[in-house]
Amino acid sequence: MGPIIEVKNLQKHFGSIKAVDGISFSVKKGEVFAFLGPNGAGKSTTIKMLTTMLKATAGELRIAGHNPSIDPNGARSNFGIVFQDPSLDDELTAKENLLFHGALYDIKKGLLNERMEKLLKVVELWDRKNDLVKQFSGGMKRRLEIARGLLHHPKILFLDEPTIGLDPQTRHHIWNHILELNKSEGITIFFTTHYMEEAEHVADRVAVIDHGRIITIGTTKELLKRTKKKDLESAFIALTGKGIREEEGSFIQNMRLRRRVMRR
Amino acid sequence: MSFIRVVYVLWLRQLKRYFRSKPRMIGSLGQPLLFLLALGFGFGPIFQKAGGGDYLQFLTPGIISMGILFTSTFTGIEVIWDKQFGFLKETLVAPVSRFAIMFGRTLGGATIAMAQGGIILLLSMIFGFRPMSILMMLPAILVMGLVAIIFTALGTAMASRMEDMHGFQLIVNFLIMPIFFMSGALFPLEGLPSAVITITKLNPLAYGVDALRFFLIGTSHFGILLDLSVLMILSFVFMALGSYLFSKMEA
Repeated sequence: MGPIIEVKNLQKHFGSIKAVDGISFSVKKGEVFAFLGPNGAGKSTTIKMLTTMLKATAGELRIAGHNPSIDPNGARSNFGIVFQDPSLDDELTAKENLLFHGALYDIKKGLLNERMEKLLKVVELWDRKNDLVKQFSGGMKRRLEIARGLLHHPKILFLDEPTIGLDPQTRHHIWNHILELNKSEGITIFFTTHYMEEAEHVADRVAVIDHGRIITIGTTKELLKRTKKKDLESAFIALTGKGIREEEGSFIQNMRLRRRVMRR
Repeated sequence: MSFIRVVYVLWLRQLKRYFRSKPRMIGSLGQPLLFLLALGFGFGPIFQKAGGGDYLQFLTPGIISMGILFTSTFTGIEVIWDKQFGFLKETLVAPVSRFAIMFGRTLGGATIAMAQGGIILLLSMIFGFRPMSILMMLPAILVMGLVAIIFTALGTAMASRMEDMHGFQLIVNFLIMPIFFMSGALFPLEGLPSAVITITKLNPLAYGVDALRFFLIGTSHFGILLDLSVLMILSFVFMALGSYLFSKMEA
């Protein structure tokens, strides 16, 4: 069986900026794959291309055998995604957000209700299911987004910094559930994170990307051996340097930030 | 099956959002009512003296069209909010046709605008508007639906090409307002300079206003057959345009 995600010489240019500059890698079915890199390295741009939200400038992509630019719906029916930025409807309740998702992915009513209850209990929002999302705190919204991404049991689950802003308890809880799904249903997990111990703990393999190129790829052990470091965080810094990165904020991101600040 | 389910949830979402936002409901009813009362009673005597008959009768179909125009265009433009606040991504990565998403949204927006037109009609009856027949109010509601579809789709089409809400005032001042004022909603088209008539003939809303007058007070400038043909053709054209531009959107 071939890999479930295949990327060959993938590129994305925004004007003269090469956000992704010819990367190649593949992910096996059932693998937990961490995609690491400093801010602005090209992680989110890569995820956007993998999930049909952006068209690649050049290169080849296969998601469960489907080419996202030729057969986007074929690719879409095989993955789920938890976005880095909020993507819930604030004017709907937690339950309505999940029901909406269930309808988009055509999950049968009975199954949908069963999974909804289980997931809302995992993220500890079952008691709040009928509350409007706009009344939720940042952490609660994050938990609801994760529950929603897990609702349709996709073949591949993309998680773009899923646990950002969550406390250790919740992180632990959610990862347990994700790894359980990975084992019981063979769901492939592709995630990005800035928590190195998280990647070290859960990932089968790790890729490090910087300036739009993949620097290294392998198991955590291999990476530690190559860099002669004791933990992934030191290895990561050894690979990508100590300089702090500027992430160019788009207007939309600034808007969200401003809105979040205004809510407080 | 899944197509219908997707269209239905998107339709339902628009309705829920609308009915949960009380200020928006009141605001979108308040403006047309203000126009109806201020203009209706203000210009009534002059209109009567000039031999135009009862101005409130003449004006009401125009004000109903106005309410629908504003509400439907705005619900269409709401796509921009979904884009800014991230929800659009949720729909764009789903394995459903872009047309189903656009169609559900448009039907939802159009339903709201149509219901609003119906409410304005009922309220205007409190202030003295008398439709020529109760039965003819049914086709009038259908006309409202067509007008609503045209402008919701137009709003969606415009929003698909916009990056943020900065262009919004521009659209209101240079598109929505001219469409409203040049539609014959406020004044009769008979005897106007030919340049004005030509502009009106190019205005989709003019045919909506005219068709509503036909069904509500029994007068028509263009003729009801032309009105209905134009409205139906334009609903298809704008839906097609809206879905095309919407499908090109990147989150």
